[in-house]
Parts: sequence; structure tokens; C-alpha cells
Amino acid sequence: MTVRILYFAYFRERAGRSSETVAPPPDVATVGALLDWLTAQGEGREKAFAEPALVRVAVNQEYVKLDHPVRPGDEVAFFPPVTGG
Amino acid sequence: MIRVQREDFDVGAEIARLSAGKTAIGGVCAFVGLVRDMADGAPVGEQKNNAPVGAMTLEHYPGMTEKELARIEAEARRRWPLDDVLVVHRYGRLEPGDRIVLVVTASAHREAAFDACHFLIDWLKTQAPFWKQEETRDGRQWVAARASDDEAAARWKKA
Repeated sequence: MTVRILYFAYFRERAGRSSETVAPPPDVATVGALLDWLTAQGEGREKAFAEPALVRVAVNQEYVKLDHPVRPGDEVAFFPPVTGG
Repeated sequence: MIRVQREDFDVGAEIARLSAGKTAIGGVCAFVGLVRDMADGAPVGEQKNNAPVGAMTLEHYPGMTEKELARIEAEARRRWPLDDVLVVHRYGRLEPGDRIVLVVTASAHREAAFDACHFLIDWLKTQAPFWKQEETRDGRQWVAARASDDEAAARWKKA
């Protein structure tokens, strides 16, 4: 399974990347499991996710909770609370 | 209608275009958000005291931004009898005094126009995927989300 990961704002800066395509193992079935797996991959990703309460997630451009399933080809975006307007 | 753009907008021209020929409209309500020159949001990382903001850069999530704004517009139209809605949100680098966001609502009666406009800006601030980075004397800082914005949006949850 491959999924497209996007990082925004200071998550992007801390992770040192704005996007990547990853192939997590089959047991990574939810957004929460994907978050844990990405954190374990390190290389800055762990810094992006250092404050769990500030992590917001969208799958295919819609807000989801951490128990949302992840499917092959999904676009999963991680970002801090929004500050527009 | 939703627009996400780098360019500035002309408030008068936008209102004129939105209401042209629609004689059922009895009232138009507009909210214009501007870049302030003081940072009062708690900066990410360490707290710094109201260092003046030179400029700010608005990042967004192209695609999701438009979807979220359209969803918020649809929700406003579901709740109030609106003749038209316009939301224009800018991104990119903006300086103090620049316009950031425009919300315009039109209805037969002023209550719906006022309430829908207020709802739209409150919801937009907590839902639309935009992030502000301010340039201050102390360097660049990402603006932290404010609890008061969440509280403002929560007021509209009941309906």
C-alpha cells in the first residue's frame, strides 16, 4: 500500500518536507497508526508530531479523526490547528 | 461563491456585482478582515511579547481550502434564507493594512444577512486550512490557534 502524505505550516518545516509517498506495512490501517509509523521513521517527522494535541488530519481533503481508515492511494494531510480569516 | 486568490479585492465592486439585478435582496452584510500590525496570538514555541508584525504569509492547502469553504457556504445557506454568499480569502505575503478575507451575505432581511456573515467568518477561522506566519522583530513565527476563536465558532454549533 502506498499513500501520499502532505505536511503544512510548521509541520512541513519540522518534518523538512512538504510531501512524500510512503509504503507503510499492512498493519497500518488507521490514520492514528500511520501517524505512529511516520513518527517512528524519524528524520524530522517526529518533530512535526511532537505535540499530539495539535495534530489535525485530513484524508482526501476532508477532516477525519485518528480512527479513520487509511486505504491505498489516499492523500493524508497533517497540519496544526488552522489560523486563517 | 468561493474564491481563494493571491490578489487583492475591491469590496465595493464585489458587493455591487453580487447584488446587481437581484431586487429581492433587502440587505447586504460584509465583513472584511485586515492584517493587524501587532502580534497577539501566542507564538509557536516560546511566548514573545507583542512584537510588531512587519508582514505575514498565509499558507493554505489548495483543493481542501476550496472544499471546506464551499462546505461552510452550503451550511450557511442551509441555516438562513440567503440570496447570495461570497467568500474571498487571500494567500501569500500580506502587509499590515492589507485585506485578507471578505465575507458578503445577501438576504431579504438584515437578520439573516448579519447572522450568516458572522457564522461564516467564525467557522472559516476554525475550519478552513490556512496558516499565518508572522514576520516580527524576533523573526518569523507561526501564529498559534486561539481558544477564543474555537469558542466563537462553538456558539453556532446548536443550530
